Amino acid sequence: MITLGHYLTLSALLFVIAIAGIFLNRKNVILLLMCVELLLLAVNFNFIAFSRYLDDPTGQVFVFFILTVAAAEAAIGLAILVVLFRARRSINVQELDVLKG
Amino acid sequence: MESTYLAIVLSPLAAALIAGLFGRRIGRAGAHSVTILGVAVSCALSAAVLWRQVVDGAPADNVSVYTWLVTDGVRMEIGFLVDRLSALMMVVVTFVSLMVHVYSIGYMHDDAGYQRFFSYISLFTFSMLMLVMSNNLLQLFFGWEAVGVVSYLLIGFWYTRPSAIFANLKAFLVNRIGDFGFLLGIAALLYLTGSLDYREVFAAAPGLQDATIDVGSWQWPALSMACILLFIGAMGKSAQVPLHVWLPDSMEGPTPISALIHAATMVTAGVFMVARMSPVFEYAEAALSFVLVIGAITALFTGLIALVQFDIKRVVAYSTLSQLGYMMVAQGASAYAAGMFHLTTHAFFKALLFLAAGSVIIALHHEQDMRRMGGLRKYMPVTYWTSLVGCLALIGFPGFAGFFSKDALIEAEDLSRIAGAGFAEFCIVAGVFITALYTFRMFFLVFHGPERMDAEARSHLHESPWVVTLPLVLLAIPSVIVGWFATGPLVFGDFFGDSLYVRPEHDVLARLGEEWHGPMSFLVHGFQSPVLYLALGGAAVAWFLYLRQPHLPDQLRDRFGAVYRLLENKYYADWLAERVIPAAGRAMGGAFWRVGDVTLIDGGLVNGSARVVGWGAALIRRLQTGYLYHYAFAMVIGLALLAGWLLIRPGGS
Repeated sequence: MITLGHYLTLSALLFVIAIAGIFLNRKNVILLLMCVELLLLAVNFNFIAFSRYLDDPTGQVFVFFILTVAAAEAAIGLAILVVLFRARRSINVQELDVLKG
Repeated sequence: MESTYLAIVLSPLAAALIAGLFGRRIGRAGAHSVTILGVAVSCALSAAVLWRQVVDGAPADNVSVYTWLVTDGVRMEIGFLVDRLSALMMVVVTFVSLMVHVYSIGYMHDDAGYQRFFSYISLFTFSMLMLVMSNNLLQLFFGWEAVGVVSYLLIGFWYTRPSAIFANLKAFLVNRIGDFGFLLGIAALLYLTGSLDYREVFAAAPGLQDATIDVGSWQWPALSMACILLFIGAMGKSAQVPLHVWLPDSMEGPTPISALIHAATMVTAGVFMVARMSPVFEYAEAALSFVLVIGAITALFTGLIALVQFDIKRVVAYSTLSQLGYMMVAQGASAYAAGMFHLTTHAFFKALLFLAAGSVIIALHHEQDMRRMGGLRKYMPVTYWTSLVGCLALIGFPGFAGFFSKDALIEAEDLSRIAGAGFAEFCIVAGVFITALYTFRMFFLVFHGPERMDAEARSHLHESPWVVTLPLVLLAIPSVIVGWFATGPLVFGDFFGDSLYVRPEHDVLARLGEEWHGPMSFLVHGFQSPVLYLALGGAAVAWFLYLRQPHLPDQLRDRFGAVYRLLENKYYADWLAERVIPAAGRAMGGAFWRVGDVTLIDGGLVNGSARVVGWGAALIRRLQTGYLYHYAFAMVIGLALLAGWLLIRPGGS
């Protein structure tokens, strides 16, 4: 029997993996974008699980919103990435330290 | 009478304004006519006021003309207290001023600043009258400062000379020191009595005899402190040691000014002030001793300097200092009337000597060095004889005005028993010899002996015009006769009436007055005292040294080189005032600048706070790595902490 707990655990695992990806990744901005997507998916899991558990469709509506926003965000993010690459000839995260104080 | 008093004060002011503002339009003759008219009106009215006070016996007149402001019960007014003391001063001031105005027509004849000069001296007359006629301390202070300003303007009258600018600045600065004390003295009296009005201050004085003021952890007798502070003001204005340094330098101004301001009137303001404040000083024994000792030091030691001066005006200037010391001694010994009498006679004969010196200076085309004079007697008979009168009056030759005033003063001092009287008596008796010595040294060097001027100057020698000699003669007359009829009433009688106050135990003049049997017996008595023989001895020594054996002074100078240098350098007072004190002040300022300003304020507060911010920023900037994942990590940690806090906080869900 798969309970709410299992879903939440999966969601938390996904979230932690995404966070770890953000922290550990030193090379590639594309990986960062993918980790952000993964974060959003983890949240979506929570929404769906609670929606089903509470028998309230509002959560599923939210998931659609989030998916839409995530798609838009990915498009913009990739566009920025292309521009970034043109400007710097690199998408290496460790070289992106212009804000260093 | 109020309109009379106003006319006395305002007519010189109006004349000064006309001559000063419209000098170009009215021309030279216009300028001297209008100012002489103004001062003459003032002089005539002053004489009428004195006549009314003395002959008609009118009571002292205290009128308040205008209330400037009232604050916290203290009235600040313009008013006149005209009693016999101020009436006498008014006549002295306006008379000498009038003489100097007339004389200046001759002396300033070729000067480009003619109108300006007359405007200034008329303004001076106004200021001095405001000072002497005042009925409150604030107006006294106004007059005090106003005469100081005019003195400043006139010392620097020839403003293109660097020495004149130096001298007037010096006079102004030294007077500031005195005025600082004076203002504190006025404030102390205001604090003690709650009033600026003379009458109220005087009425309150006896009750304050034992009052004290806390200064830090000490308790000082309040009245003595107030009086000493007031006297510090008088020391500045009347050039008492150690604030005397400005007066000899003030001789940079035109000679008529030296006669009017720096001999006859302004410098006696301090003496007048002490006499005016006598009801207060009488209850301040320590202050009287202070006045006595300072006066005595001034009387002797500045006289000694006059012995080695060669500038004719400086000899007379140092003589003035010495005589001011005599007057202060009289004030300190509570012989106010004798001091005021000496002030009066001195005003006449010292103005005479200055104007005579000026006459000599014009004749020699502005030559002031006595080593290039000599034998002027036959060229300038009027100047010669009037100078002789002035010199005899100055040394106290029997029968001349100075004899009566100085002898009365010395005899009175002899009877005084306050602290310092013995020292003061030594100083003033020794001073008599010194006075005679330097006076006749000057007289012989100028008018007798070989003619040391060059041939070109000798060919132009002639007696000065009548506008110069007339004031000399008019001043010589009172220098001779004033002692005969004025000594009795002024010094021993009740001429001053209520305007001077002397406590019975201080009243040396009353005791001296018991032996007064008219001027003739005073004259005879003078022959029995050593003072007269000291004076005659001084004159004889001068004759011996400068006419009989003219090589002796040089030998003496070589023999006593150290003393001579000490005197020639004026006890190094100028050196002290110009080198040591400013250097010390600058060193102190430098220390404050380096420690207080540069180190503490700039280094600590201004740059220090900036540096702390910089250090802090340098530490914190290390947090800004610029790496995206560091910021994300900080966000997550922060989120976790926030969420954790929400969960575990007390009362949270």
